[in-house]
Amino acid sequence: MLFSFRKKKDDFSYLPSSDKSLSDLAQDRFDIPSLSHTLSGKLFLREELPLKSHQLETLQQEQFIQTIPSITTNPNHCRRCGNTQTSLFGEIPCARCNSTHIYCRNCIEMGRVLQCEELYYWTGPKPTYSIPNEICAWEGKLTGAQQLAADRICQTIDQAKEELLCWAVCGAGKTEMLFPAITKAIIAGKRICLATPRADVVRELFPRFQQAFPHITITALYGGAEKRDAPSQLTLATTHQLIRFADAFDVMIIDEIDAFPYHADPLLPYVTKRAATKQAAFIYLTATPRKELKLRSDNGKLPTVFVPIRYHGQPLPEPQFIISLNLKNTLENYGLPKTFWNWYHNRTQANRQLLIFVPTVDHSNQLSQTLQKQLPGQNIAAVHADDSEREEKIQQFRNKQLFILFSTTILERGVTFPSVDVVVLDAGHDVFDQAALVQIAGRAGRSADDPTGDVIFIHDGKTNAMIDAKRMISQMNQKARKL
Amino acid sequence: MECVWCNKKIYPNVTWSTFLYPEKLAPLCHSCQGELRWIERADCIDCGRQYKDGAKKESNRCQDCNRRRETSQQFLTKNRSVFQYNEQLQPMITKWKYRGDYCLIEAFRAPVQEGFKTYFSDLNADTIAVPIPLSPQRLQERAFNQAEAIAQLLPLPTCELLKRVHGEKQSKRSRKERLEASNPFQLFKSTNKPVLLIDDIYTTGTTLQQAAEILIQSGCPEVSSYTLAR
Repeated sequence: MLFSFRKKKDDFSYLPSSDKSLSDLAQDRFDIPSLSHTLSGKLFLREELPLKSHQLETLQQEQFIQTIPSITTNPNHCRRCGNTQTSLFGEIPCARCNSTHIYCRNCIEMGRVLQCEELYYWTGPKPTYSIPNEICAWEGKLTGAQQLAADRICQTIDQAKEELLCWAVCGAGKTEMLFPAITKAIIAGKRICLATPRADVVRELFPRFQQAFPHITITALYGGAEKRDAPSQLTLATTHQLIRFADAFDVMIIDEIDAFPYHADPLLPYVTKRAATKQAAFIYLTATPRKELKLRSDNGKLPTVFVPIRYHGQPLPEPQFIISLNLKNTLENYGLPKTFWNWYHNRTQANRQLLIFVPTVDHSNQLSQTLQKQLPGQNIAAVHADDSEREEKIQQFRNKQLFILFSTTILERGVTFPSVDVVVLDAGHDVFDQAALVQIAGRAGRSADDPTGDVIFIHDGKTNAMIDAKRMISQMNQKARKL
Repeated sequence: MECVWCNKKIYPNVTWSTFLYPEKLAPLCHSCQGELRWIERADCIDCGRQYKDGAKKESNRCQDCNRRRETSQQFLTKNRSVFQYNEQLQPMITKWKYRGDYCLIEAFRAPVQEGFKTYFSDLNADTIAVPIPLSPQRLQERAFNQAEAIAQLLPLPTCELLKRVHGEKQSKRSRKERLEASNPFQLFKSTNKPVLLIDDIYTTGTTLQQAAEILIQSGCPEVSSYTLAR
């Protein structure tokens, strides 16, 4: 669970301490500053270390590199990813050590951890960074609400072990609010990590950060585009990539903290916590905090700053519930309910594009075909998670080459289209939880030119998730009116 | 129990008969198992190739094998493989072999044993299984030999007769490069018993033919081969 951080399980005392100073011997033979940039703050397998065996030997004698056992037993525990699930440890008759022992199957995609191996950890001097004169090149101006949040974030990163929840509505302009704090942390020589559960968020943020911080080397880490180079002062990473890190970052910002799979996989909070230094400040960004986070915030245990208003100052579109009693039947026959057509023909702004969310991949594909037959003049497509043309279709929708796009929950967050109406078919389905529905509603009215949009939940019986989602949105709008 | 591939829970069917005599649980869940395709017919009696459905079958040997026979490069009596190398199997073998997820052998255990019974029922009684070796460097890297893992599933004595010289991975070479490559194997021990070579994938057959050539030249009476996929 998210805030099991301080439980006994999250004991990182196995990490060797690092108070070794430079000896003459090592200084002569190695480029220590460059090595510390490459190696500091990470747990390495032997084959990942860019060192020859005699080099490694010297560095180990100097205690610049220390080792820890990779897997401890009784109970089994992978020291790299934190896995303790029995079914995710396998047995292997190992040809390296000629004995049968266990290995971790959980983090095997990042290189196999064998029990007979050790993990290598840099305990030499910490890296230092050269700090350019001009850091942030972003010239926009923050709105009042954004500035307030930005100030709180700045205060938080100054203090050791501080946490801050930044609860900002969809379209509040979260990224820009981070720029002042990141600038400040860079000047202070701190190492910053912006982690998020979703790779597409990293892909989207990377170019924006490169533009905002043109003189800073930024590392982007996500599966698929794995770069082996040293983590720089500013790292953007999926939370999954943090499996390799330990005691590395002074500021840990977690964007979309409520997104899948972070809340579903207890190992991700574990590695995220370990990747930060003991004194690190944590910033959590989200529009839809989950139960644990919300509870701590409501109880006053987690400092919270709200950004209840979008950057363009207009309130969030509130969802309308439309009941359609024979919805399940209609959808099973891959038809669209009458209520949908009633709404469709009476839309106030018929030129807005239409984003339709459906519960399953099957519905997405079939319904798009049905609708295409009924509206032969329009360009209609469907996307889902395993769609190889997903990126292209999203781009086409953005370019207005497509008029209607069917989607499963994959487009619930992280994508911005300027002017759309949003429909959820069968909003009562299990896949649409409160967070998903709030995020989906947050796709409408994103641009300052068209700051409103219809959000329609078609259902055959209200669920708690729907009611809670609507309540969360109207609460935010109330907060915004008080500003 | 969890599926060895997708790690989802597998729930046993509960009926009166399974209640009394519990079923042995399969290592793969229903949906992962379903995507694996057996090779159902050996359209080429030499290499065991199965043509795509509807393809015309002109003789009972494929072009490759005919060519090999004409140039007396055919050293294998026959090859048989268990699975079609399709979109489900390919990532499984990759993870097993290159990522080194040894446990995935469990998914192949029963099919390999069953296939062995079907294809090699007429095998000479003193046949020995010879897994295609890895070079010492590669073995260090992977910590296990995938061919040996398959060989150990079979009811045959396993013997190391060959050594491999370190070189480029076969899977990184093109078809032409593979067919022309020099023999990477050396004889380690000779035998006068018939041999069943074991490997994970049969692609062009070059590796297996090269290994067979060396064994035949050193006095082995007969060499066949058995692979997990092709």
